[in-house]
Amino acid sequence: MSDPRTTVGTSGLIFNEPLLFEQGSPGRVGFSLPPCEVPDKPASALLPAGLLRRDLSGLPELSEVDVVRHFTRMSQWNFGIDLGFYPLGSCTMKYNPRINEDLVRLKGFAQAHPYQPDELAQGALQLLWELERYLADILGMDRVSLQPAAGAHGELLGVMMIRAYHQARGNPRSKILIPESAHGTNPASSALCGYRVIPVKSGPRGVVEPEAVAALMDEDVAAIMLTNPNTLGLFEEHVVDIAEIVHAKGGQVYSDGANLNAIMGITRPGDWGADVIHVNLHKTFSQPHGGGGPGAGPVGVKRHLAPFLPVPTVEKQKGGEGFLLDADRPKSVGKVRAFSSSFGVMVRAYCYIRSLGPDGLKRAAEMAVLNANYLRSRLADSYQLAYDRPCMHEAVFSDAKQLPHGVKTLDIAKRLMDYGFHPPTIYFPLIVPGALMIEPTETESKETLDQFVDAMLAIAKEAETEPETVTSAPHKAKLRRLDETRAARQPVLRWRAKPGS
Amino acid sequence: MRYIPSTDHDRDAMLQAIGATSVEALFATVPESMRLRRPLRIPPALAEADLVRLVQGLAGQNADAESWSSFLGAGCYNHFSPAVIHHLVSRGEFLTAYTPYQPEISQGTLQALYEYQTLVCLLTGMDVSNASMYEGASATAEAILMAHRITGRRGVAVARSIHPEYRQVAQTYANQAGLRIAEIPVGESGTVEPAQAASAVSEETACLVVQYPNFFGGIEELEALAETAHRAGALFIVCVAEPVALGLLRSPGECGADIVTGEGQGLGTGMNYGGPALGFFATRERHVRHLPGRLVGETVDQEGRTGYVLTLATREQHIRREKATSNICTSQSLIALMATIYLASLGPRGLAELARRNLLMADFARRQLGKVAGVEPRFTGATFNEFVLRMKRPPARVLAQLRKKRILGGLDLGRFYPEYADCLLVCVTEQHRREEIEALTAALGGVR
Repeated sequence: MSDPRTTVGTSGLIFNEPLLFEQGSPGRVGFSLPPCEVPDKPASALLPAGLLRRDLSGLPELSEVDVVRHFTRMSQWNFGIDLGFYPLGSCTMKYNPRINEDLVRLKGFAQAHPYQPDELAQGALQLLWELERYLADILGMDRVSLQPAAGAHGELLGVMMIRAYHQARGNPRSKILIPESAHGTNPASSALCGYRVIPVKSGPRGVVEPEAVAALMDEDVAAIMLTNPNTLGLFEEHVVDIAEIVHAKGGQVYSDGANLNAIMGITRPGDWGADVIHVNLHKTFSQPHGGGGPGAGPVGVKRHLAPFLPVPTVEKQKGGEGFLLDADRPKSVGKVRAFSSSFGVMVRAYCYIRSLGPDGLKRAAEMAVLNANYLRSRLADSYQLAYDRPCMHEAVFSDAKQLPHGVKTLDIAKRLMDYGFHPPTIYFPLIVPGALMIEPTETESKETLDQFVDAMLAIAKEAETEPETVTSAPHKAKLRRLDETRAARQPVLRWRAKPGS
Repeated sequence: MRYIPSTDHDRDAMLQAIGATSVEALFATVPESMRLRRPLRIPPALAEADLVRLVQGLAGQNADAESWSSFLGAGCYNHFSPAVIHHLVSRGEFLTAYTPYQPEISQGTLQALYEYQTLVCLLTGMDVSNASMYEGASATAEAILMAHRITGRRGVAVARSIHPEYRQVAQTYANQAGLRIAEIPVGESGTVEPAQAASAVSEETACLVVQYPNFFGGIEELEALAETAHRAGALFIVCVAEPVALGLLRSPGECGADIVTGEGQGLGTGMNYGGPALGFFATRERHVRHLPGRLVGETVDQEGRTGYVLTLATREQHIRREKATSNICTSQSLIALMATIYLASLGPRGLAELARRNLLMADFARRQLGKVAGVEPRFTGATFNEFVLRMKRPPARVLAQLRKKRILGGLDLGRFYPEYADCLLVCVTEQHRREEIEALTAALGGVR
């Protein structure tokens, strides 16, 4: 059992809090309007009665203090990076700088309208223009679209551009090669663009072998989508050869940049032969994850794909100093969202890059890799490594050593909560049974990593000596394990008023 | 570096534990030929105070709706955001959590999203809502793809009164899926005529799509359009870019919509030069397994206590891969939370009053501006908080002259509609004071 004197996980005064809809009192309101300065009339004097809504029943009636307490109490049921270590593999849960939250709220950003004239948005446009160049240099690409609202959105745009490129050369082709270790978004994005997905097996060292690609590559393959470093935390060391094989048959190389944090300033996808890459600003560039969005997934491309970029792009005025939004791109795939970008996310990424500078970004990558290898090395005796070799930004283990005691990955994950840690990503990648994917990031100190190691080692010991403590975890969270089967079999997806109330 | 805690001492201790000679050695799997041999072309690191100065300088070059009198709407609305929203979403427990994969320690996000889903259902009059999507235009495109999946048909009829960028996004998605989009023209009322819609819909039509209120502020006849769609076996999709209007207008669900999508930016999240925004997506119970995006559902824990989890994941990419309903991974949780806090603060009375105030202010402005010589309403139909004016003088020239008085007079419609190249789209909300409307009226009168 964990030592309560040294374990960071504990339980405190946690409130129960009913749904919004089960609270309040008729007539209560948490909002005020200024006095009406124009002639006051009922809506029915201005709109036909048939258009008007009869009621908004169900919406809660609360005062401001009710609202503040409701959400503050609920926030205390959440775990976030601000509270502790959050080694969720493939999600790069690094610290989110607070100054960026202040800067995004400057009125020149927060209260700017996307259709205000370019000459009255020069600061915003300059920021976007410079951010594009920074990302292009980090990635080794020629142009970057800042439009996509998430990584998966970026993938979709990337595949659209690949399709448009092939189409312009006469044949969109019909297949895309995707390693089995890839995120599910890769095949799903390809399918949305009408491509058939051909899985590529990883080799015995956890990376894609050139021979495997060569065997599948033909002139009907539009592209390969390769995540590098891959989801096993390993660098795809044959990527240059693979790119040559794909290019030789006229295919394109799509690089999934989800794991860019490991390589910033060290090596660049564009230099390995990538034609397209998306990056996740909410992973590598510190946009807060917000409980699952908003993020952003800019897409970098090589010059030959630039004609297909979505509109508008930010350009420098010809012969002038200013910046403008340019929608004149006849071969563009179109648009994947309204307006030009998730601008607030761009401001945060810009601030992050300017705060770290070239040396800081490289150091971030180095420390992320060092921290991951430190955990890999310290946990290797107690947990089964998927591949026993140095890793990049994350290390993938499995529950193979605990299974004989009846303890599986899910149990280890839940037990970590009692020790005060967010669990790693579990059961992904799919090719590692019982995977535990641990990504520490660079913003954790050695002391935190050591505490986490202590907890993992204690759990490994518990698995042998008192497995039921692990299999019945969590013990200290607000709730015990939840019945996910019931949630899916009898879906209750919203509150409804009780009949007669 | 202030965000990286490791000291040289820590680094050496860790290297020693690993048995590595240097940090460089950890990158041995990156072939030498692939290493970057120069520093990144990024300016040197800035101290926090210097960063603030730099970024303040950039922000200061933009016009903002506080210092300027702005009548721009067109899918991005200037509504007041109560201070509690910013304070509550700044709590690190909300801000720095990720997708609630571990429900035992994510109940705050999960309950908030469950409340959000309920609020979207109540506003739209639908049965189920997902936990949010990127933004309104791509949510509408996803709805079209969903209609295609449900009906197996490839035709799509969209009203030309839908936001031009939403139509462009729909076209971009439709191109990938091999769908054919036909446009329904706009009548003199500023809305589509049900008879015109009927001729655009056939047995090959997957869905009929309209915006409510539409891009010109007009209010489409939803019931008649729903009937038209349903007669042909097509789904009826209603997209809402200005959700505040739903405080006053009949819900799309009540009028026969099968899918309601939209943009939640108007619900207290600010304009932010167009993003991040909030796509919402609601539908009927029978289509729930076709929904794209995350869903939160109610359940119980081992001790029988109510709790919430992500559910129906078998629709999603991480399980279904290429057979998923969408490639969407995460949602816009924090923005959905902002909208939830906003609606909780307003309640039914606040929202109804706010919507009525928008209607009153815009109606007042429309009457005042209509009196100016050389300016007249372009359409005859009723509108919510936006309306179209036809100008005797070229809108670009008018807008340039207004800018000299620190007024952003609206959107030059010629940018999107050649047929309305002489028109201006004007938006008025509760944020405008009467004197601003009077100043705009006077300035328009003075345009030469």
